Amino acid sequence: MIPELGQVALVIALVLALVQGSLPLIGAQRGSATLMAVAGPASYGQLAFVLLAFAALGYAFAVNDFSVKNVAHNSFSELPLAYRLTATWGSHEGSMLLWVVILAAWTSAVTVFGRRLPLAVSARVVGVLGLVSVGFLAFVLFTSNPFVRLFPAPLDGADLNPLLQDAGMILHPPMLYMGYVGFSVAFAFAIAALLGRRLDAAWARWARPWTTAAWVFLTIGIALGSWWAYRELGWGGWWFWDPTENASLMPWLAGTALVHSLAVTEKRGHFVSWTLFLSITVFSFSLLGTFLIRSGVLSSVHAFANDPARGMFILSFLGVVIGGSLLLYAWRFPRVPKVATFGWLSRESLVLGNNVLLIAALGTVMLGTLYPLFLDVLGLGKVSVGPPYFNAVFVPLMAPLLFLMGVGPLARWRETSLPGLAVRLRWAFGVAAALALILPLLYGGLRPMVSLGLFLALWIFASVIIGVSERLKGLGWAVGRLPRGFVGMQLAHTGIAVVVVGITLVSGYESERDVRMDVGEYVDLAGYRFAFRGATAETGPNYVADRGVVEVTRVGGTGPTLTLYPEKRKYNASGMAMTEAALRSGAFGDLYVSLGDYLGGQAWSLRVYYKPFVGWLWAGAFLMALGGALAASDRRYRLAAERAGPRGAPAVGMGAAEAKG
Amino acid sequence: MRRGAWFLLGLALLAMEAVAGEARPNADDPVLEARLMGLAADLRCVVCQNESLAESRAPLAQDLREEVRDLMRQGKTDAEVVEYLTLRYGDFVLYRPPFKPETYLLWLGPALFLVIGGLAWVIATRRRRALPATDRLDAEDLRKAAELLRGESK
Repeated sequence: MIPELGQVALVIALVLALVQGSLPLIGAQRGSATLMAVAGPASYGQLAFVLLAFAALGYAFAVNDFSVKNVAHNSFSELPLAYRLTATWGSHEGSMLLWVVILAAWTSAVTVFGRRLPLAVSARVVGVLGLVSVGFLAFVLFTSNPFVRLFPAPLDGADLNPLLQDAGMILHPPMLYMGYVGFSVAFAFAIAALLGRRLDAAWARWARPWTTAAWVFLTIGIALGSWWAYRELGWGGWWFWDPTENASLMPWLAGTALVHSLAVTEKRGHFVSWTLFLSITVFSFSLLGTFLIRSGVLSSVHAFANDPARGMFILSFLGVVIGGSLLLYAWRFPRVPKVATFGWLSRESLVLGNNVLLIAALGTVMLGTLYPLFLDVLGLGKVSVGPPYFNAVFVPLMAPLLFLMGVGPLARWRETSLPGLAVRLRWAFGVAAALALILPLLYGGLRPMVSLGLFLALWIFASVIIGVSERLKGLGWAVGRLPRGFVGMQLAHTGIAVVVVGITLVSGYESERDVRMDVGEYVDLAGYRFAFRGATAETGPNYVADRGVVEVTRVGGTGPTLTLYPEKRKYNASGMAMTEAALRSGAFGDLYVSLGDYLGGQAWSLRVYYKPFVGWLWAGAFLMALGGALAASDRRYRLAAERAGPRGAPAVGMGAAEAKG
Repeated sequence: MRRGAWFLLGLALLAMEAVAGEARPNADDPVLEARLMGLAADLRCVVCQNESLAESRAPLAQDLREEVRDLMRQGKTDAEVVEYLTLRYGDFVLYRPPFKPETYLLWLGPALFLVIGGLAWVIATRRRRALPATDRLDAEDLRKAAELLRGESK
């Protein structure tokens, strides 16, 4: 009964979405306040009903209702409750339902905070989001219904994919979707601006905090995905250039470009048409990412052809959204009079350079991801495009971008003198270059790529220090008076530098040993001694495992002993084997042990790794997200909004709390 | 039950500690193994979803690694090994696609994007520079924007 209730709730939500996607838009064109006022109630109603549907599915998972196909395929009676609940979005159907829930949440947040916006603008934004929601709700109901029943109901479920039974996977999809869907708000603001022909700095100011908030979530989502892969895939890789990863990297690259061009549009009124175009692009890539993952087209063109309903739906939806918005863009192409100038060396031109490099990187990732698909479809043979390709072409694009990152924030608007800039950055360059040569020599040997990476990271650090101290000097060293937008930017840039340090050092100096270990035997790696103390049989809630005991001490015997328990699991329902690596994270490196095959007697095959500075990857991503959150909560957005409308709108909604702080 | 296991483990430890020493590498020839893994990281496990030959645990990948080990022991160079594998599995096995007519676009695309982007950068900046230096945005336009904000908020 409950699942049917969920289904009915979805149908009602679709009807509400249709209302939300039509009446407010018509109202905004005709100037009818009554019609525009429908936007709010319709969006709240939609949120209530999709939440109801989501709760219904969650309930079916919680009580092990295996008569629901989705539950039977993705859960198991022995699965712990926490994973049963998160299995709600562990499947295709469930994750699309999650998408719809998050979209409704963002919409309601816009409605709440949109009270401070001009009525026509908020009505158009909510209306456009309603149309997006119509597409996704129809997709869920007609091609991916999570409430379909099975008859006869199986006695037990097939279990959630063991790979997904991990804390990283619990949070990764919701964060990623908060990002993807958050960009739909940026998209809706752009469409609203085109519809209303309001293409001024005010539009950029309204759209900016939302865009930054979406970027924050996407950054966290990608970082969590990478952290999950690192811990769960058993050998400590953290980025694979897998199409599923690329699908999330593409909107991130476009979104990063948008965050920067929006800044120029808001502050200087430049790049209006380009920023609008980027807003459409970012959301298109969010949809493309969903399409790539969800249609199965990536695993094989034939998988797509075998079950074309979903793929064709998303493809048509993609066509309508992208085609429609580009048509609108072409029709209303903003001919904004160019009022201000800027020179070759100015913050404007440097941000433009940033956009050029980010978009080239985006194009490259897209090319590499889709190329095998195109060749296959055209019958030109099968190729694989993997890490060697991406590493070869991505580094040359990223290196100049990182270098620019050290210059851009120090350049003045309009025109900067090269000699002046050079004087300010002189010592930064010197220190970064010197340390980039000295540190590798001290650490583990000189390597060109390590020196390049360290130089760029140190260059950014130094530039941040210069930027912050110059600004502070201007404020009489009153730290509290630094604007949050400024602090956020510097923090996010610092985060990038921290990520670069992590990538550089772990790629340059990670070490591993692949050994056969009998009880009592040891292996030395990176100054640590790993001693094997045997393996025991363990029983988990829904798996059985062999659990190795590995004691780690410093070579030379000083310091405490650390015990790691790498496991090799076999899941009861699926019979799938999983390597559950054991690791100890530290500020300067991770110890990582993974249990291999049983070799007879008491001997096991073990792999031990030392991964220097790998934690900096995720710490840096966290700093970037924190910086974004700070920037999005800058008080000038609130001031602008408060001046424009009534005060004291209640702070409800998930993403927007961050967006407006 | 678990306690018993620990007890046995403890006994085993006592028995083993005396003879224990440094663990042996899994590979008979670590130098060759390192070379194999370096090469295999750039090769695809052809039966896997998206895994390299180095990291895959699929039986076919293990067999193939053994085969490559054999080839290397026979003194074949990396290039010869790759050629042998390409003959058997086609370009699909290479994670670094070869540079040939079908992949010109793939390899030259990034440079092309950069050239187009660079041209766009030059054109946009030159056009802005050519504008008469009437930087009136700051005062005038901000006032206008503020007016719009006030005016349209119902």
